[in-house]
Amino acid sequence: MKFINLLKISLSAIIRNKMRSFLTILGIVIGVAAVIAMLAIGNGSNNSIRETISSMGTNLINIKPSRPVFGAVRQASSSSTVLTVDDVVYLQNNSKLIDAVSPELDGSGQIVYGSNNWPTQFYAGNEDYPYIKKYEVASGRMYTSKEIKKASKVCLIGQTIVENVFGDKDPIGEVIRFKKIPFTVIGTLSEKGDNTFGQDQDDLMLTPYTTIMIRVQRQTHLRAIVLSAKSEDSIEETSAEVTELLRSSHKLGIDEDDDFEIKTQEELISSFSSVSEMMLVLLGSIAAISLVVGGIGIMNIMYVSVTERTREIGLRMAIGGKGKDILRQFLFEAMLLSVFGGIIGVIMGIAASNIVGSILGWPILITTSSILLSFLFCTFIGVFFGWYPARKASALNPIEALRHE
Amino acid sequence: MENKEIISIKELHKHYRVGDETIKALNGIDLTVNKGEFLAIMGTSGSGKSTLLNILGCLDLPTKGDYLLDGINVKSLNRNQLATIRNKKLGFVFQSYNLLPRTTAIENVELPLLYNPSVSNAVRKEKAEQALIAVGLKDRMKHLSNQMSGGQQQRVAIARSMVNDPVVIFADEATGNLDTRTSFEIMALFQELNDKGMTICFVTHESDIAAFTKRNVVFRDGRIIKDTQTKNIVIARESILGLKNEDYILN
Ligand SMILES: Nc1ncnc2c1ncn2[C@@H]1O[C@H](COP(=O)(O)OP(=O)(O)O)[C@@H](O)[C@H]1O
Ligand SMILES: [Mg+2]
Repeated sequence: MKFINLLKISLSAIIRNKMRSFLTILGIVIGVAAVIAMLAIGNGSNNSIRETISSMGTNLINIKPSRPVFGAVRQASSSSTVLTVDDVVYLQNNSKLIDAVSPELDGSGQIVYGSNNWPTQFYAGNEDYPYIKKYEVASGRMYTSKEIKKASKVCLIGQTIVENVFGDKDPIGEVIRFKKIPFTVIGTLSEKGDNTFGQDQDDLMLTPYTTIMIRVQRQTHLRAIVLSAKSEDSIEETSAEVTELLRSSHKLGIDEDDDFEIKTQEELISSFSSVSEMMLVLLGSIAAISLVVGGIGIMNIMYVSVTERTREIGLRMAIGGKGKDILRQFLFEAMLLSVFGGIIGVIMGIAASNIVGSILGWPILITTSSILLSFLFCTFIGVFFGWYPARKASALNPIEALRHE
Repeated sequence: MENKEIISIKELHKHYRVGDETIKALNGIDLTVNKGEFLAIMGTSGSGKSTLLNILGCLDLPTKGDYLLDGINVKSLNRNQLATIRNKKLGFVFQSYNLLPRTTAIENVELPLLYNPSVSNAVRKEKAEQALIAVGLKDRMKHLSNQMSGGQQQRVAIARSMVNDPVVIFADEATGNLDTRTSFEIMALFQELNDKGMTICFVTHESDIAAFTKRNVVFRDGRIIKDTQTKNIVIARESILGLKNEDYILN
């Protein structure tokens, strides 16, 4: 039989039984839509984690004190005093691979400006800090090295603070109180938006690290050292070099463990990715199971359909349909149905992903590969689950089929 | 040409095994049908009419005996070859029409040609239209089969049976589901087809239907007990005119 005739026969059989065809594909539609939506959500969150972390700078390397273990109790790393400004200076003077390095301190507190109050987060570093962490000055200026030396009470503020504390007023030159200390606003930072973890990246205040160390926290140790490698490719080398330098700066013996931890962005990405990939596999499997259930639905209804259409099969045989023509017809019907279901499912999956994305504000990412995957899977399911009923149909005896009530 | 043998069977037997019993549905049949004949196969229920028609129609094979259809010995053919024979050489009309539901008349008529790869789309359409015109359904080609009357459905079925230009049309109780007037109309159609040279084997148990055919073969218990040429062939068109008006209204 010609393929075009087979297509015509199968298509008209599907159209002739609209309701049944619809019920048959329902499972597949839901299955595919679920696969698409699950993958879109999974890929989306994966991608946005990656983007968030890269937006902090892919060349970024983070050094924190390793958490010291006293007895069996692991202490918070922030309480450790191993990282100092001397380490930063040592790295600056001895490293060949570092692009820029800065101390990092952070904390939280209330900003008071007139009658306005605003709880926020502060970050403190040297003049290279904004460069390393990818902050940009939107208006005003950055603090100078002179201001760092003098531990000047100056700060830059993020756009969230500008909006909530100053409203329409120009904040530059205004004095805010933070932890009872008056800070002069010398600049504002460009907007960065929320990151994947829902953090507002514009709700922060940036000051010289000296100001925090001397006037606010009254401490000599650093919470962290941040630095950027010259390029993404040299991250490994750079962190190896930094490890060596810090070990010698800390005068650690050969058999002593590092008293600090180095985290690159890549490691951060992969640690988050592995979690979200696990989620993806989980979500994907649930969706795939629903596709298989959809396939069993096809088999069920095709099976019933063969019984119900026994006379039709008998007639087709009587007028010259061969067993293999009948087999192909039913197989093709099953395949067409599941591909139709697949198409509708893809459309519904994309719609559902977008709805979920816009209502819940989740990041979604629909990839061609996820569409292709569910499509191939659909065709396979159509053939796989259509085979048995189609075989049954093709093996019918025409006389008995024609006599069937 | 006149005496070309379309069907020739000799000592044909068909046995069915049901449990331990053997049912001899056909018990040594000899029959020859020439081109242009209009044959009525008659007999009581269970006498073996359908069994014979199924074998003649290449839907079933005999247990014993030879069957030559248009010069071909059917016994030696496999399932697929039989299907091809049915597709190219035979036409079927059933008691219950067997049209595809929710499908237009023309699509139903096209169906046999869809299974013939050598027929193009254009030819298929053309032939189906002509067949429908021949059965008087020119205006109903796009009507859905299930929205037609029984008589119209049977006309569609007849159009379908002749669309492949068969050497013979087999009809099994083709008027069995129809009222008298409609039965006569269908018989008129068959008579018309036969006048144009179509060979027809028509199974019926009603003698007034058999009266429209040219030759009556009567079965009893799997054997032919009578084989006669009809003496006064009734013209179906005239019989319709003779029907009382009440019948007309009842229909
Ligand atoms: N598939 C079958 N299996 C067993 N017996 C059958 C089968 N088909 C027909 N028969 C028997 O063969 C005989 C002839 O049947 P059939 O040809 O259908 O008669 P008719 O069409 O004249 O009424 C009957 O006794 C019937 O019961
Ligand atoms: Mg019968």
